[in-house]
Amino acid sequence: MATETVIRVENLRTGFGDHLVHDGLNLEVQRGEVLGVVGGSGAGKSVLLHSIIGLQKPRAGSIEVLGQYVLDLEPPERAALEARWGVLFQDGALFSSLTVAQNIQVPLKEHLRLSQQLMDEIAMIKIGLVGLPPEAGRLYPAELSGGMRKRAGLARALALDPEILFLDEPTSGLDPIGAARFDALIKKLRTTLNFTVFMVTHDLDSLNAICDRVAVLADKRVVAVGDMRQMLNERHPWVVEYFHGPRARSAGLSGL
Amino acid sequence: MVDESHGPGSVSQTTRNSAWIKFIDERLIMLGGCWTIDEAERLDNDLKAIHGKIGTSLNFNLSELERLDTAGAWLIHRTRKNLELGGTEVMLVGVNPEYGVLLEEVAANDQSPPPLPHVNPFVEWVARTGEVTLDTLHRARDFLGFFGLVGLTILRTVTHPARLRLVPTIHHMEQVGLNAMPIVGLISFLIGVVIAYQGANQMKLFGAEVFVVNLIAVSILREIGILLAAIVIAGRSGSAFTAQIGAMKVNEEIDAMRTLGLDPIEVLVLPRLLALMLAMPLLAFFADMMGLLGGGLMSWIVLDIKPDQFIERLGNAVSLWSFWIGIIKAPFFAVIIALVGCYEGLQVGGSAESVGHMTSRAVVESIFLVIVIDAAFSIFFQLVGV
Repeated sequence: MATETVIRVENLRTGFGDHLVHDGLNLEVQRGEVLGVVGGSGAGKSVLLHSIIGLQKPRAGSIEVLGQYVLDLEPPERAALEARWGVLFQDGALFSSLTVAQNIQVPLKEHLRLSQQLMDEIAMIKIGLVGLPPEAGRLYPAELSGGMRKRAGLARALALDPEILFLDEPTSGLDPIGAARFDALIKKLRTTLNFTVFMVTHDLDSLNAICDRVAVLADKRVVAVGDMRQMLNERHPWVVEYFHGPRARSAGLSGL
Repeated sequence: MVDESHGPGSVSQTTRNSAWIKFIDERLIMLGGCWTIDEAERLDNDLKAIHGKIGTSLNFNLSELERLDTAGAWLIHRTRKNLELGGTEVMLVGVNPEYGVLLEEVAANDQSPPPLPHVNPFVEWVARTGEVTLDTLHRARDFLGFFGLVGLTILRTVTHPARLRLVPTIHHMEQVGLNAMPIVGLISFLIGVVIAYQGANQMKLFGAEVFVVNLIAVSILREIGILLAAIVIAGRSGSAFTAQIGAMKVNEEIDAMRTLGLDPIEVLVLPRLLALMLAMPLLAFFADMMGLLGGGLMSWIVLDIKPDQFIERLGNAVSLWSFWIGIIKAPFFAVIIALVGCYEGLQVGGSAESVGHMTSRAVVESIFLVIVIDAAFSIFFQLVGV
């Protein structure tokens, strides 16, 4: 399969006040892969995701997504690019005043002109695709459980059939069974909808189950990239501790 | 970039990216191009138009599809389903395996929302009225319970004065009293100006300009000074109480307090209540003075009533009682504002949205109750004859 780079981050530097979060960070994501980004708390995983999707302005460096430099785009070009990716925030970030179906229709209304009937039908399909029951469409976010909120958030992220899906800790706050189901859902949807996944996570089981490659953030940059097998052979102390620690063993990684 | 090898099928294919539907004959329709969501509206209409033009069996040839997303797959699936319901046998041919997976997924998730239960609008209206009435009664009962709880906590604090949290009380006095002075003062001053100006215009008609002083003194001292102060404080501090306590509730700080053996009423409500009860009379006094200052200044400008005349007239116009009537009401209003603010804060549910909802409710309720109690005081003072 010919590889095509859909996200390219070069020499990224970000920071808050005197504190640098990233310095000289480089990362590439290929089309069709699931990339898991791991790192300790405060290593800047979420900041990296926010920088790529344009919520956080970096101090230096370049970010290229789907062949366009996101930092230099004019608002209309940005909007067009945003329609080609979907973002699932940690707790779904659903609009609390709208029902689940209306939440899914927000991007449809913003980017396209479709009849209400067609939007309702598309919303119902997305609700089904993420494994929610049909009644969920009429519920408000406050009436959903944590797992359902994540699925609803995923349905909204998938509203426009994005080419890239950004997931911010998709399994945090879910019980192990719910987390495993969510992993399976992402895996299934990827074969159906053919998107690329950029996933920030803490969850070793998720990494093992669905990620093609893993990028490790430490020391303000990406210290290691590769599949799970390569991770186990890495020498960086944080990587060693992470992939050979007690939790890694219980996730069954040492048998790889 | 029209590919000529597509033959006659590519007539409606203007650019490579647009989707097309080619009606070959009544048994075969070619679909091609990029069937994506941005074309969905047009394709939807085109697909609806083919109903009635076809016989008992139809093949959709998908071999020329360049892209297919969920919306496109849904349109193909829905058209097929509707045609089959109409008695036409539909086959999809030339389906690339990747699109096959998507078409199957979409077909598997073809679910219509369950119908809404039918309700008689009159019955629903009656039910809603009952619901709101009961809810209001329950809340009134709960508020009364809260009132009693705070009362008991006060009694306990009186017997054990060391339990009183002095530092937070002083802090809240600064917040609700001292920091509110500029806005309370400015509003009272301006209202004094307005009353003097409007009063002067009316009094001139009777040639009784000097009675403007009576008008200003009675209205400001008895009613306006304290009422303005109370309304500003309800909007400024009552809402802050609800938001502060509500945010702590969302953050589970109230639960943490209880597990550590701290009583939220003692720790959060009493200092705010006490601070407001002490600050409110002072603010009312300040509002009175600023209102009189504004009225006096305007009388001087419009009616040429000199300050010494104004003060002399003031002494004749009102008894000391007019002043005390205003000030007496202040602690009562303070109790209402503080208790409603704290009570609604403790009623906050789990979400951030609920903090906003309760805050606006606290402001509306406390202003409403302040005015109701003011009216009650008015009647009471009338009866006792002051």
